[in-house]
Amino acid sequence: MSIFVDETTKVIYQGLTGSQGRFYGLLNRDYGTNVVGGTNPKKAGTDVDGIPVFASVMDAVAATGATASCVFIPAPGVKGAVMEAAEGGIEFIVVITEGVPAHDEAWFYNKLRRDHPNVRLLGPNCPGIISPGKANIGITAGHIAKEGGPVGIVSRSGTLTYQALYELKQHDIGVTTCVGIGGDPVPGTSFIDCLQAFQADPETKAVMMIGEIGGSAEEEAAEYIKAEMTKPVVSYIAGVTAPPGKKMGHAGAIVSGGKGTAAAKMDALADAGVTIGLNPTEAGELMVGVVANL
Amino acid sequence: MDLYEYQGKQLFARYDIPVSQGEAVVTVDAAVAAADRIGYPVVVKAQVQVGGRGKAGGIKLAANADECREHAGNILGMDIKGHTVGLVWVESASDIAQEYYASFTLDRSAKLHLGMLSAEGGVEIEQVADENPDAIAKIHVDPVDGLTETQVRAWVAAAELDPEATEGAVDILTKLWRCYVDADADLVEINPLILTPDGRVHALDAKVTLDDSSVFRHPEYEEYDETQVRDARETAAHEKGLQYVGLDGYVGIIANGAGLAMSTVDIVSQVGGRPANFLDIGGGANADVMTGALEVINNDHDVKAIFINIFGGITKGEEVANGIVAALERVQIDSPIVIRLDGTNADEGRAILEPHLSGTLQLQPTMVDAARAVVEIAQSRGGK
Repeated sequence: MSIFVDETTKVIYQGLTGSQGRFYGLLNRDYGTNVVGGTNPKKAGTDVDGIPVFASVMDAVAATGATASCVFIPAPGVKGAVMEAAEGGIEFIVVITEGVPAHDEAWFYNKLRRDHPNVRLLGPNCPGIISPGKANIGITAGHIAKEGGPVGIVSRSGTLTYQALYELKQHDIGVTTCVGIGGDPVPGTSFIDCLQAFQADPETKAVMMIGEIGGSAEEEAAEYIKAEMTKPVVSYIAGVTAPPGKKMGHAGAIVSGGKGTAAAKMDALADAGVTIGLNPTEAGELMVGVVANL
Repeated sequence: MDLYEYQGKQLFARYDIPVSQGEAVVTVDAAVAAADRIGYPVVVKAQVQVGGRGKAGGIKLAANADECREHAGNILGMDIKGHTVGLVWVESASDIAQEYYASFTLDRSAKLHLGMLSAEGGVEIEQVADENPDAIAKIHVDPVDGLTETQVRAWVAAAELDPEATEGAVDILTKLWRCYVDADADLVEINPLILTPDGRVHALDAKVTLDDSSVFRHPEYEEYDETQVRDARETAAHEKGLQYVGLDGYVGIIANGAGLAMSTVDIVSQVGGRPANFLDIGGGANADVMTGALEVINNDHDVKAIFINIFGGITKGEEVANGIVAALERVQIDSPIVIRLDGTNADEGRAILEPHLSGTLQLQPTMVDAARAVVEIAQSRGGK
């Protein structure tokens, strides 16, 4: 099995008629994703290489039965696009767009949680999600992933997600689902959401988790792993030697409570029984050992 | 983007948050003229984006024009932790009865905005948080609901400020929240927020960080951007639209994707080298982008060798390789280059690079191999 999306997931693309939306929408369809439509209020009734374009998400859902949407709308329009998707009946919203203001992200995260509690948001600023062999929604190059299992991947970084898929494929290890949660301040889907789903998925036997410096999401994931996960987890944290990034002043330092450095994250994860690789290649090799012992 | 204190105060003033009357000036004569207009005593404050200005002698009280001239002369041009003071803010001096702390920021963990208010201001707030966390009254604000006056009153009461400060604090915090939201700030902080002997509440400092992602709806950010201090390398990269952070080592790094670039910096350090920079060229890796990146690295004279680390995803290996070859024809590179190219069509890409390989341009199969090779070359050329 896979988590969140599979070959039955019907997907529409908000922004299908733009250059990015068209490029990746068609690549996703070529991969085998069940792409059923796109939206553009000015181009309703036209099509993009045979994919019908609707005026609104509501129209697209009514006509196609889509349950997922992939958003390629430019940053200023993302807040509106996310709410249009939720109000239009979409259950799984993937926002690829980067550069969405943090205040917007915080707003629609809370608005969805309150008014649309059954809607899952992935991103913004994420590479999307791929259940290899079934569905690829977003900007991942599908052929670098081997289908099947037993590994699930969750990652905060785009390129390192690809790197992880590729490393595993080199070792002939399949992936149930690979979720790129994105590195923005308020991600719609967290590490813990994905870890819970992987823990519940019978075909996922081990999890690769790729984190980055900043915030405390990895530390929170470590607490969850320690308390709830029975499946082995291998992790890599990028930014071990990076200088402090954006300074958030005194208030930011307090919010993170001294957390946020790569060392703190690796300590928390190691304490939760997670196997830590010091670079992506090492993490891949460690996963080979884990899979061999399953 | 971090604002200077004077910019933060000017922003606060637009929201009617009481700040001291002041002027930003760049010469001693202008400082004295400003002080004459404002009226003595004044405080002359160095404008640098680094903490500890007071201890470094960058904040001085002047009772008259002679003192103002002396202090402005000392402070302008002063070096504070590597930052040269080019501008001072001259403001009307305030009498202080109490010093408080107030801020709004995003609590990433709670996914809500967080307001913090403390009666123990004027000192490092981290220290208060460590030693006496109960002295900080916190309030989480749902961005959908915003902050009501009733909530602000309860929050101010919880902070146990001097009762005389209550009304002024409620007023300022309500306006500070509005400023935080309207300006798309990552952080607005007042430390100290003061109560004067005559009962007024007043922002004596201003620390503001704006969200760079919201620039599309804030044309006024342009003027702040112009005053940002970047090193020459960062300015060049910024102009080319590249994500660049200058470091102090000798291995130049180019990678596609922020995570991979960070990872490359890590691995160069792990094998005993010192990275000169973090440079993310994004997903495309075409000839134009690669040329720009190589130009930026080439201008860094501390660089002894360059590590190009590309993972082809959607962008195919041969496109990346052609981009590198074209870029090398356009830029005269002074340092040897080590390339690691992997991912989609990596073999085809490597085949394109093959005829161009030489003593100063080599290919390595993995990130670790490439890191070891580039560090060895850089060290043999004097990198340490």
